[in-house]
Amino acid sequence: MTLLRIENLWKDYHGHSVLRGVDLAVAPHEVVCLIGASGSGKSTLLRCVNLLETVDDGAIFLDEEEITSPRADADAVRKRIGMVFQSYNLFPHMTVLDNICLAPVKAHGVPRGRAEEEARELLTRFGLADKAGAYPDRLSGGQQQRVAIIRALATRPRLMLLDEVTSALDPALVAEVLGVIRELREGGMTMILATHEMGFAREIADTVCFLDEGVLRERGTPEQIFTEPRHERTRAFLSTVIASRRL
Amino acid sequence: MPAGTVAGGGRVKSARQVERERLRRRRAYRSGSVASASTIIFLALVVAVVVNAPGWERVRAAFFDPAAFAEALPDVVAGFWVNVQIFLIAEPLILIAGLLIALVRELRAPVFFPLRALAVMYVDVFRGVPTLLVILLVGFGLPALRLQGVPDDEVTLGVIALTLSYTAYVAEVFRAGIATVHPGQRAAARSLGLSHTQAMRYVVLPQAVRNVVPPLLNDFVSLQKDTALVSTIGVIEALRQAQIYASSKFNYTPYLAAALLFVLLTIPMARFTDYLAARTARRRGA
Repeated sequence: MTLLRIENLWKDYHGHSVLRGVDLAVAPHEVVCLIGASGSGKSTLLRCVNLLETVDDGAIFLDEEEITSPRADADAVRKRIGMVFQSYNLFPHMTVLDNICLAPVKAHGVPRGRAEEEARELLTRFGLADKAGAYPDRLSGGQQQRVAIIRALATRPRLMLLDEVTSALDPALVAEVLGVIRELREGGMTMILATHEMGFAREIADTVCFLDEGVLRERGTPEQIFTEPRHERTRAFLSTVIASRRL
Repeated sequence: MPAGTVAGGGRVKSARQVERERLRRRRAYRSGSVASASTIIFLALVVAVVVNAPGWERVRAAFFDPAAFAEALPDVVAGFWVNVQIFLIAEPLILIAGLLIALVRELRAPVFFPLRALAVMYVDVFRGVPTLLVILLVGFGLPALRLQGVPDDEVTLGVIALTLSYTAYVAEVFRAGIATVHPGQRAAARSLGLSHTQAMRYVVLPQAVRNVVPPLLNDFVSLQKDTALVSTIGVIEALRQAQIYASSKFNYTPYLAAALLFVLLTIPMARFTDYLAARTARRRGA
């Protein structure tokens, strides 16, 4: 049984293909890490799954329903998927609590009182209870990104997409965000992460996929990818990562 | 221990810091004195040039006649109240219509193509035609059609003309404001399942409006002055009152009275704009 299935996905920008026939299946509760150099198509793949980009060929299925069909209701699809961005993208004119409650109340029809109650529970669970009334610009980067994760979580998504969520953070703040993701995994959340944190990918992933110039060159368990990569390009990528001390 | 040598938290300031602060105070004092002196000299020069001009005596009689000023002021003030009313009615209409036009231009669905095209055309036309011309065309053209329900009262026609003209500008200001909101905000809103309209309403617009308050206020100031243009279609407002008085008494002092009233109205708005801009700058810096 698969939750998400991507078949032969192509995406072009200005006549140049960023994704070149990607196939990927994700099972419920599976954690998939996408690794690869900048520009390899990791972010684009996630944006396609969330229908923030229109695809140029192939198809994506969520719960066996084709979401890339022009007939699919994009808003309804996005309600089932949570996405977290590299630059947090919190709404600066709203408090933390309002950021979290906006989508449950406006898009999902949850009564305001219950949405706030659930938001406060999530904030408490992730150590941010005292920040409910604060505006995003008063928070550290790590706190903002944790709020962004909670905001996505508050809509009770079937699948979470995390797009390089620690890349904008300084090393001291990375750990607190990774801690939240670890907890999501323990809760059984299905996730696809685009990440440059190889150590973390190795620890948390069930499956690691290596994207290279829009092609999914190699996929396997973290153990296999990081200790005995089969593809020559994977080996080259991992050796540059090791050289820059990211692994 | 001399005053000013203890910092917050009870730390005793070093001699270097005390000396540094003394120098800063002296420099601030000196800047203040230089500014005052140069202002006084500048004003004295302007007055000297004007007063020593060959035609000064005649200008003073025609423009600075205290008796004429006192005599005309009540009528000019009464006329000015019409300007204020026109402004107060036109401004909310302009804000609403401008926002609607900006939003129509942001609609992407093909159903709305005719609406969108109409909005683009409207902005192109009314931003291009001088406001005075719009007032003349509306003021004399609309009633001439003799259509049922078309107002023939000059003040109403003036409000319609100003609204038509200014809405085009304000729509563009709103659109610029919408463009300044980072695309990531919209992406975040949509990825949470909000529709285009909801993303606009709750995420993009509140930020866009905040960004454009200073340029909008600037347009308000401009509108306050341009209410005088409706005098051309026969509205007896401040400028017209002054004109009536000036042509009957051969004295231009009432123009000065009218000018003074407009300035008194726009200055608070201008200072408020400055204040808001400074506040935004402070917040950005914080």
